[in-house]
Amino acid sequence: MGSAPYIIYPLGDQALTIELGKKIEEQTNQRVMEVFHQLQNNPIPFVSDLIPAYSSITVVYHAFAIRKTHPGLSAFDWMKAELTNRLQQKGDGAFSSRLIDIPVCYDSELGPDLAELAAFAGLPVAEVIRLHTATVYRVYMIGFLPGFAYMASVDPAIRMPRKAQPRPLVAAGSVGIAGEQTGIYPVNSPGGWQIIGQTPLPLLDVSQESPCLLEPGDRVRFHSISMQQFNQMKNSRSV
Amino acid sequence: MSILVIKPGIQTTIQDAGRIGFQHLGINPGGAMDLRAMQTANALVQNPTDEAVLEFYFPAPVLRFNAGAFIALSGADFKASVNGTHLPVNHPIYIPAGSVLQFNGKNKGQLGYLAIQGGVELIEWLNSYSTNLKAAAGGYEGRALCAGDELTLNTHPKSIRSSTECSVLPWKAHTESFYTNNPFRFIPGKEFGLLSEASRQLFITEAFIILPQSDRMGYRLQGPELQLVEAGEMISSAVTRGTVQLLPNGQCIVLMADHQTTGGYPRIGHIITADLPGLAQKGIGETLHFVQTDLEAAENLLVIQEQHLQQLKNACILQLDAYHRH
Repeated sequence: MGSAPYIIYPLGDQALTIELGKKIEEQTNQRVMEVFHQLQNNPIPFVSDLIPAYSSITVVYHAFAIRKTHPGLSAFDWMKAELTNRLQQKGDGAFSSRLIDIPVCYDSELGPDLAELAAFAGLPVAEVIRLHTATVYRVYMIGFLPGFAYMASVDPAIRMPRKAQPRPLVAAGSVGIAGEQTGIYPVNSPGGWQIIGQTPLPLLDVSQESPCLLEPGDRVRFHSISMQQFNQMKNSRSV
Repeated sequence: MSILVIKPGIQTTIQDAGRIGFQHLGINPGGAMDLRAMQTANALVQNPTDEAVLEFYFPAPVLRFNAGAFIALSGADFKASVNGTHLPVNHPIYIPAGSVLQFNGKNKGQLGYLAIQGGVELIEWLNSYSTNLKAAAGGYEGRALCAGDELTLNTHPKSIRSSTECSVLPWKAHTESFYTNNPFRFIPGKEFGLLSEASRQLFITEAFIILPQSDRMGYRLQGPELQLVEAGEMISSAVTRGTVQLLPNGQCIVLMADHQTTGGYPRIGHIITADLPGLAQKGIGETLHFVQTDLEAAENLLVIQEQHLQQLKNACILQLDAYHRH
C-alpha cells in the first residue's frame, strides 16, 4: 500500500492509531480509506473495530485474546507488527466510492441559520444554496453521532465557523456548515453547526441491516427541493 | 415467565458486552459501564458472561417476578430485598414466583447489575442487546425501562423449581480484584506531552471531582485548570472508553461507555481497562486521583483480571452443579 510515512501510537491499552498525516486533505484520507478497506477485506485476528478518521485509522483489539494466543508478547507490539506488515503490502484496499444524491430543502423554516450565513458571506441566499449544491463532497469520517458524516470541502465563499453557543436541539435531517465541513444530523441532538436546510431522507434507520445512509469514503452531492417536495418525501416514508 | 417493571428507577437499561464492529459508522460500543459486575452476575447464574443484564442507578427499579428464577446481583450494593428478605450482592439467589425485588438504599457503588438465569427475551440490534439511547435502538425498545414494561424470561431448565422460599445460596463471588479505588492508573495520551510541566504535575498530584453533568457518556471533572504549552489545531480522530480529554476551559472529561467514537480535544491520557470497573462505581461528587503507569503494566493487569474471571466462572459452574444435584 505504498510507503508513505506514518506513525503508530497506543490509544489506551486495547487500541492503536495509525496516523497517516497531519492535515485534512483528500490524498491522506484516500489512503486512510485504502487501509480501512484492506483491513475490512482481509481482517487481522482479534480486531474488534476499525475507526477511520480524517488522517488516521484506529484499530481496536482484544488485548487479552492476543496475549493468550501469543504469550510473551505485548498485545500492542503484536498488533503493531501485524499492521506494519500490512502497510507495506501492495494492494487489496481498492474500493469504488459511491456517489449519493441527497435532497435538501433550504427553506428558512428548516434552515434557521441560512439568512445569517448569507449575510456573513455577503451573498444572496440563492447564491449560498447554489454554492452548497455545486460541490461534490467527500465523507472524510463518521463520528459524533451514529451516522453523522463529516463532509468537505465547503466552498470558501460560504464557510462560517460553528456557533459560539450550541443549540440545545437540532432536528434530525438538519444540514449544517462548520468552517470547511458540512454535515447532516442523523438524530435530534444538541449541535453547534450553522443549519442551512433539512433533508427528508433518514440518515439513520435502525430497522435496516445497514443502518446508516452514509459510509466513510462516500461522495455526496446535495440538490435543492421545495417545501412541498420535502413534505411529500417525508410523508411517503412514514406511511 | 416474565418480569413486570413496577417502578423503573432513574435509569435502568439492558446492557451486554457492547456492540462490536460498527464504530466506523459512529455507532459506539456502549455496553455495561462495569463490565466485571455484568460478567460476575452472569457467572453466578451460569449464563454466558456476556448475556444481557439489567444495569441500574439508584433510585433502582422495583420488579415483580411472575415466575421463579435464579438471579444474581453484582456491582453496587443497593440493599436489595424480596418480600422482606435481605439479598446480598455476588451470591446466586433463587427467588420464587410472585417475588417483588426492590432496592432500599445506597450502601456501596453507583451501578447495580441484575442477571437472570437464561436471560431475557430481546431483539438484537447489530449483534448486541445493549441499549443505545442516542440511536433509540437495542435493549428494550431502544430506551430505558418504564413502569409497566414486561420482560419475558427465556426458559432455563435449571430455573424450574416449585419452591416458594427465597434462598440465598451460600457461596460468594470475590470481586475485590476487579476494583481499584484511588488512584486510577492512566497511560499518557498522545497530547500528554503538550501539557505544561506544571500541568502534568497537577494532573498526578491534585484531586478531581466528578461533576453532576456526568453520565454514561462521560465523567466531567472539576480540578485545577490545565494548560497546554502550545494550543495547536487538533484534527478529529478516534477516542476510546477511558480516554481523558482536555476541554477548552482547561477541565477534563473521562469518556465512559456511551462515548462518541471520535473527538477533537487533546487526549491527556487513557485510564487503563483494568481500572474502569472501579471508575464506573464512582459517582457524582466523589474525588478521583490519577497515577501514571505504562502499557505493559496495563496489559498485565488486564490479563490478571481475565484469569480471575475464568476462575470465578469455573467455581460457579462447580458450585451450582453440586447444588442442583441435591
